[in-house]
Amino acid sequence: MSEVALWWIGTGDGDERLLESVRAHAEKVFRFPVRLELPGGRPEDAFDARRNQHSSHRILLWLASRRPRGAARVVALTDADLFIPVLTFVFGEAQLKGHAAVVSTARLAGAGLPGEAARFPVRLRTEVVHELGHTFGLLHCRNSRCAMARSSSLRDVDAKEPDLCGTCRALFLENADEIGDTHEQEEHADPADR
Amino acid sequence: MNKKNTRILLIDDEEIVRESLSGWLEKDGYTIGTAPDGLAGLKAMDDDRWSILLVDLKMPGIDGLEVLRRAKEKSPETAVVIMTAYATVDTAVNAMKLGAFDYIVKPFDPEEVSLMVEKIVAQQALVRENVILRKALKREYQFHDLVTKSSAMQGTLELARTAARSPSTILVLGESGTGKELLARAVHAESPRHDKPFVAMSCAALTETLLESELFGYEKGSFTGAAARREGKFVAANGGTLFLDEIGDISPKLQLDLLRVLEERRVTRVGGTESMPVDVRIIAATNRDLSKAIAEGRFREDLFYRLNVITLTLAPLRDRKEDIPLLVDRLLEQLAVELKKPVEGVSPEAMALLLAHSWPGNVRELRNVLERGIVVSTGPFLLPADLGLTLRGEEIPAHPASLAEIERLHIAAVLKNTGGNVTQAARILDIDRVTLYSKIHKFGLKRADDGIFEPATE
Repeated sequence: MSEVALWWIGTGDGDERLLESVRAHAEKVFRFPVRLELPGGRPEDAFDARRNQHSSHRILLWLASRRPRGAARVVALTDADLFIPVLTFVFGEAQLKGHAAVVSTARLAGAGLPGEAARFPVRLRTEVVHELGHTFGLLHCRNSRCAMARSSSLRDVDAKEPDLCGTCRALFLENADEIGDTHEQEEHADPADR
Repeated sequence: MNKKNTRILLIDDEEIVRESLSGWLEKDGYTIGTAPDGLAGLKAMDDDRWSILLVDLKMPGIDGLEVLRRAKEKSPETAVVIMTAYATVDTAVNAMKLGAFDYIVKPFDPEEVSLMVEKIVAQQALVRENVILRKALKREYQFHDLVTKSSAMQGTLELARTAARSPSTILVLGESGTGKELLARAVHAESPRHDKPFVAMSCAALTETLLESELFGYEKGSFTGAAARREGKFVAANGGTLFLDEIGDISPKLQLDLLRVLEERRVTRVGGTESMPVDVRIIAATNRDLSKAIAEGRFREDLFYRLNVITLTLAPLRDRKEDIPLLVDRLLEQLAVELKKPVEGVSPEAMALLLAHSWPGNVRELRNVLERGIVVSTGPFLLPADLGLTLRGEEIPAHPASLAEIERLHIAAVLKNTGGNVTQAARILDIDRVTLYSKIHKFGLKRADDGIFEPATE
């Protein structure tokens, strides 16, 4: 019941190795089972032709309505560029203490400067941890190295580590407890990990 | 300042804009409110205090610039940012002329909004910090510094506010640490005498002769060491307010002298013969039961009636526990500035502990406990262990104990609370430091390695 479903909702089937690395990382950070699954379709109504971008808000609604049985959360990855109405773009969006989150790879690759390609997988893992963190009720963190710090630019993303800081980790455990997500906590706890 | 205390009001007629922007800012931990049009926004300003207003320029009914103008009238310190879908230089200039903090074009770059909000918060924090420091320095306190939700306290404050405008003598009653001097300063600040001096004097700290010369002044040569004539506190406070704390502790002779000054409104220096007129508003305070002192013949009844024109009673903190969260917020904000250590708040467990404590030292004790908490805390929230509080009763022996034993345990507990700080402990216990040192010695309390006193094991 506390599982997280990870979906690729972008073009084609997605990069399997990349998706697997994101899945394994999210599982390690949150200590919940994360399953890589095939979604039933794509959120067709999310594209806004005027902006030539996808509405992250509509994607979240679509995801929440199709959450697979047994999964408390669904986090989707897409190569579409995302926006919310007042902002030029977002790297991702999540329902605070909710069931759905989405992260876009579109801007995480950067402008193709030397060394950026190598940073891309870490950036993606960081933002997946960030958006999943919101579904567990975590707010933005003041620690600029924590995955939960606000990221408004790639510079911000690169300053972060793909993990929760001590304070956010403690808040996550507290919130997970409150939300009733303690299931299998012990089983997945790896004392050597922290 | 705690981000939750930064309240942002979004005024925009488009629901999707309100929804998405509030969702986005909410994740920063701010408290967000929304209004669908200008009138609803201004109404929200009447109901609540907002730090930042994000206002759409084009709205049906009254437009963003009109909201800005009226908002600035209602609350000049609120930062207003105008949002618009199309930038024109004219509107920008108009908005800035009317006092807008900034002007942003939709859709915003995420970094731009983040930085702008952070800039406003930092600037407002600086202004608040300035106010707090100035108050701490000048000790200018006003009624809004006395935070309370308790109806008894609100009644007291209302009476105080009314009394402030009159020249009548006021008697403030309340346990040690309830804020008697703070109230006296607030009364002074609200009185027509506010631009004249406020002089505070504790009557318990000095011997009779010293207190006498401090209050009334002395002539040159009136006693050994009186090398020159000196004016007393009555003259120093002329035109203003004289706050006499611990009035219940003064000697019979001084009671008579004071009565005479109150009746004649004239003072005579010690060793002098000429009296001079003084125009001083007296606010006296005590934590003692004066009626009992009168019954026992320790306090003059006629002086009591002279002082007791208007009585303001400050409730002990244990009788107004609903004020604790409010006070904690206010005190943490002040202490964070004074100690130069940012702190977000207290954890729910620590708050539960604060609410369970009986606060014999009242607000002063609460302030000291929080000060200790900020000093020892390592994270943004104070945890139960940081406060050094033990639940009342925990250390009191269950079996019948002697008074000395209870005193020993209580002193040890208070010292533990203050982290071994004798000055703070003495303040909470309402005894002087020398007395406390002699009690520490008498009860054999030993300083442990961490600087905290412990009862010696017997």
